[in-house]
Amino acid sequence: MEDRKIRVLVAKPGLDGHDRGVKVVARGLRDAGMEVIYTGLHQTPQQVAETALQEDVDVVGLSVLSGAHMTLVPKIKELLIENDLKDVLLLVGGIVPEDDAKKLMADGHADRIFTPGDSIDSITAYIFDWFKQKAES
Amino acid sequence: MDLEKLERIKELKEVWEKELEDLKERCEPAETVSGQPVKILYTPLDTENLDYESDLGFPGRYPYTRGVQPNMYRGRLWTMRQFSGFGDAYDSNRRYRYLLEQGQTGLSVAFDMPTLMGYDSDSDRSLGEVGRCGVAIDSLEDMEILFDQIPLDQVTTSMTINGPAAILWCMYLATAEKQGISLDKVGGTIQNDILKEYIAQKSWIFPPEPSMRLITDIFEFATDHVPKWNTISISGYHIREAGSTAVQELAFTLADGFAYVEAGINAGLDVDRFAPRLSFFFNSHIDFFEEICKYRAARRIWARRMKEKYGAKDPRSLKMRFHTQTAGCSLTAQEPENNIVRTAYEALSAVLGGTQSLHTNSMDEVLALPSEKAVKIALRTQQVLAYETGVANTIDPLAGSYFIEAVTDKMEAEAEKYFKRIDELGGVLPAIDQGFFQQEIADAAYEFQKAVDRGEQVLVGVNRYRTDEPMELEILKIDPEVERKQLERLKRLKENRDGDKVTACLEELKRCAAASDNLIPKILDAVRAYATEGEITATLKEVFGEYREKPLF
Repeated sequence: MEDRKIRVLVAKPGLDGHDRGVKVVARGLRDAGMEVIYTGLHQTPQQVAETALQEDVDVVGLSVLSGAHMTLVPKIKELLIENDLKDVLLLVGGIVPEDDAKKLMADGHADRIFTPGDSIDSITAYIFDWFKQKAES
Repeated sequence: MDLEKLERIKELKEVWEKELEDLKERCEPAETVSGQPVKILYTPLDTENLDYESDLGFPGRYPYTRGVQPNMYRGRLWTMRQFSGFGDAYDSNRRYRYLLEQGQTGLSVAFDMPTLMGYDSDSDRSLGEVGRCGVAIDSLEDMEILFDQIPLDQVTTSMTINGPAAILWCMYLATAEKQGISLDKVGGTIQNDILKEYIAQKSWIFPPEPSMRLITDIFEFATDHVPKWNTISISGYHIREAGSTAVQELAFTLADGFAYVEAGINAGLDVDRFAPRLSFFFNSHIDFFEEICKYRAARRIWARRMKEKYGAKDPRSLKMRFHTQTAGCSLTAQEPENNIVRTAYEALSAVLGGTQSLHTNSMDEVLALPSEKAVKIALRTQQVLAYETGVANTIDPLAGSYFIEAVTDKMEAEAEKYFKRIDELGGVLPAIDQGFFQQEIADAAYEFQKAVDRGEQVLVGVNRYRTDEPMELEILKIDPEVERKQLERLKRLKENRDGDKVTACLEELKRCAAASDNLIPKILDAVRAYATEGEITATLKEVFGEYREKPLF
């Protein structure tokens, strides 16, 4: 794979308007050299999947702080698969209780969940590692 | 202080500064959590220009720097008001009655996301969100259940609702009517602050112009019919939670406040008729002294501008009354018990700053909605503060401190600089449209996070003294059954109500929305006929349209 910028869609599905975290992460990823597209607020799962397709992204990062993650995340994963985007890395950030996070990952609905206290660096490092491994495989 | 004494102090200070040169300093920067540098010592040289009468005055007297009541907490303690709501109306009604039994003195309703955004529980947009972030309210029926056995002439209720504030307020008023209580006996607060929604909290429905109209309709209706109601709670809380600094919180909130005053005046209302019912809501963050100065500066700025710029004459128009909530964003998911301590310090600064009511966060709020145990500790934190520590005995006890007065002055001056910039952008609404506030806040939030990641901003248990021990804390789980039960009840309601009456009310509402009538009586009629929140919102959207934000980061 050529040396190109990683493309990331940062999305805010659902109704909650808590966008502090999503904007900080978007900026952190951009400053780390990634190409970042931010959807803005109040996106439906369909809108998220469509934007991911149109923008041809490598990574989708979802921010959910409303407690609706167990509904929204599996729905978006399903729509990504339907749109032939099953290889896109799906990350989630927000207020996600540990049991829910384990379940989302075990069921294959998300690749990794980041929660309060995780640094920007830990997120960028995770994405870079994944991208490198993908390029090598 | 005479010049000779000041000269002497200057000399002594130079000697002391010499001594400092050989001493080592800790590596953490000497600045507030907002990144404002602070000196390590303040002296009379920092308050040279302070004039007691014009800058501080007496409590209950202009410019109200020392508090809005002459006797402050010697008369009545602050209202202990825990923000709460989850699941359906039955679940939250049980929690409210529990809190009242535990000695809480007022209620504060948290609604779920669909309610905040004007959707019914059966909307596609509500899937998975019903009862999660707060209580699900679709119609008057839910509101009646929410306040079952809670007499609305004996408690005051604060409702955090903005875009659809008029609708939820009408449901509350109709519930009071059903309890046989006349509206002039009903007291409470609706947040109703749409400007900070565009700026920070982001739960909006309609575009600015019709939103501002609904707000002034509420001002007018309340003045005539619900005189004990606080018609708006102009909020800095969410601006701060979104990442602003203390000065930004202060300046943006007050700028919003003045924008509402101007809207009221432009709608033809006399400033002294509606301004006495305006109230405020601030954050209490972890930087102890900075917060105290913020509250003192806020009162003084409000009083001065209301008097000098807007010509208010009624002292009640000049008094800034405010609610405070401790900072959710200062809490950590790691070692959540530490949050009890953070919250206690934050509560103390709110009280030393003269708040009228207070919510203390529960230790588990960074993880989920609070459990009953956690919320009880949070309430007890306030009770210990009020009854054991003695801090409520003396009014504004930190006044006269060189540090407190110097920083209070500085915050006022910094806020004035922001007011000037906002004016240059054409006012609050044009500044929102240009993304000014949003960008300022996003920048501050990013700077803060980078400081945390670098370890300069210390968070105990996160980037210092981290242990990664497994957490043992029971958290509140919302039963997925809530959504199903709520949908069933809504379906039954729609089958059993008088559908023709609902349609007629909504048509009348639509007609008036397109004209310029006060909409509150029409919304009240629709609510009484059990039209749902979603139906009323959809009707208004047909006339008003919807707000869209340009995303930026």
